[in-house]
Amino acid sequence: MRIVIIDDSGLRATVLEEGLREAGYDDIHVVPPQSGFVARLERMAPDVVLMDLGNPSRDTLEEMLAVSRALARPIAMFVDQSDEAMIGAAIDAGISAYVVDGLRKERVKPIIDLAIRRFNAFARMQTELDEAKTALAERKTIDRAKAILMNSRNLTEADAYALLRSTAMNQNRRIVDVAEALITASSLLGGKA
Amino acid sequence: MTPLSIAFLPLTDSAVLIAAREKGFTETQGIDLTLVRTTSWATLRDRLVYRQVEAAHMLAPLAIAVTLGLSQHPARLAAPFKLSVNGNALAMSTTFAAALDPDPVSRINDPLAAAHDFAAAIGLHHRKPIVGVVHRFSSHALMLRYWLAYAGIDPDRDLSLRVLPPSLMTEALRAGEIDGFIAGEPWSSVAVADGLAEIVAVGTRIWRRGVEKVLGFRADWMEDNPELVDRLLVALSQAAEWCDANREELAEILARPEYVGQPVERLMPALSGRLILRPGDAALDFPDFMLFHREATAFPWRSQALWIYSQLVRWGEVEPSEAAERAAADVFRSDIYRRALAEAAQPMPGASMKLEGALSTPTAVGAHHGTLTLGPDHFFDDRIFDPGAIDRYLASFSQK
Repeated sequence: MRIVIIDDSGLRATVLEEGLREAGYDDIHVVPPQSGFVARLERMAPDVVLMDLGNPSRDTLEEMLAVSRALARPIAMFVDQSDEAMIGAAIDAGISAYVVDGLRKERVKPIIDLAIRRFNAFARMQTELDEAKTALAERKTIDRAKAILMNSRNLTEADAYALLRSTAMNQNRRIVDVAEALITASSLLGGKA
Repeated sequence: MTPLSIAFLPLTDSAVLIAAREKGFTETQGIDLTLVRTTSWATLRDRLVYRQVEAAHMLAPLAIAVTLGLSQHPARLAAPFKLSVNGNALAMSTTFAAALDPDPVSRINDPLAAAHDFAAAIGLHHRKPIVGVVHRFSSHALMLRYWLAYAGIDPDRDLSLRVLPPSLMTEALRAGEIDGFIAGEPWSSVAVADGLAEIVAVGTRIWRRGVEKVLGFRADWMEDNPELVDRLLVALSQAAEWCDANREELAEILARPEYVGQPVERLMPALSGRLILRPGDAALDFPDFMLFHREATAFPWRSQALWIYSQLVRWGEVEPSEAAERAAADVFRSDIYRRALAEAAQPMPGASMKLEGALSTPTAVGAHHGTLTLGPDHFFDDRIFDPGAIDRYLASFSQK
């Protein structure tokens, strides 16, 4: 069974491809949705095409599926229209699946289930990564604010932090917001931020 | 507050939905409106058909195609409200345009001659011209086909029509992958501003009142929730009126990243109807480039759904049948519009069908609540569409 993944996020496609290989599928191709991708796809004659729902080139793909004379059998979205729960889960996960006509649904369902799980896992990973990046950036901001206080008011690091925290509590703001305000003010006043 | 989700594409003609939320019209009606930004018509259609949203900002021909089972999973859709009329432009590469009438203004003002020039230019071009369209079932594609077929061009034989998302059209033109495209604004103006193309035709000069986007529901959901649908239509009608009167503030709102996400100066040409046709030229005025409210723009004339059906038959998308004709006409739910806006202080058309293309000057028509003047709605070739005689209309086209 030939599976083509159309995706321009290298990482997400890799995550999905790996999962499919672990599950025993070995005829997998990743095609980025760049110019001319439909011609490439047509030559590959896939059985299943998986594509990110958020990709603007979905209309281009569907047009190819509608008019292609090269494909021996028509390919249409989802195999089992009666399984609304699965389709809903796929849309929530952000994935669309096109399946060649005549492929039995028992053979396709595991692929789509796996794609849904992997897409969701990828989205979680992305969120965690974003959160980690934000946390790191916030820590750096607070460190800079502490350094300003330590230099300008001769405080220890612990006291500088305590001052930031109590100011934040008094003003009902987040520590990082107070730290940012302090850095801005300091640079306006000509201090070393 | 009743929660309601509507999917939209980041295009200028999603304006009425966005204004309904941002200017508080839906809130006043007790609706907590969530707008779901979507990047392809396929995904918008899937969200609607598979019940992820209650309604969607749809290409009118797509709503009919989904109902007729022409676009993936069939579903009975209903459009009780038109979100916009007109708004498209055809931009061709400067190389291709060089073979047309050298004066861009006369091309626009004489679409009959321009169509013939286009036909001649096809033969002079170094390859079969590749023209980008946003979707097979778009008003853009139907308008382009209608215009070119007049000059004897068979769009399926003499051109390659390529479906591309509007946001990628300019890049495809720059890379030489296409020779032109027809899309909603701002994309044609962007291609002109980048020096890549000239606007050689505008939708409003092909069909003066071309149906563009509609609000599409699943028909079963719409029928099960009459009271909520009515409140939504009241809010949208007020929003449309606001959009017509406040185009500059509208541009500011649309420019935000969560909506259209384009700078104000790119949005204003379509909203003000002032378009630059050729790089470096002065702007030309199109007073009816994009309509939201006046002339009962939002009213879904069943004859307009039937005109779309006639074009789908003409281009071989659907086998003509009485059942298909009825199903297509039933997508445009003028009955729901009447019910929802019966109390609104605005003129309501007396009829639900009309001859399309019969008006060459503004004309007063039968209406309840005051007078309704419809703007000119003629087709550039002066054909008149009689929804009661579709066969005769189709036979009048020499081709297909």
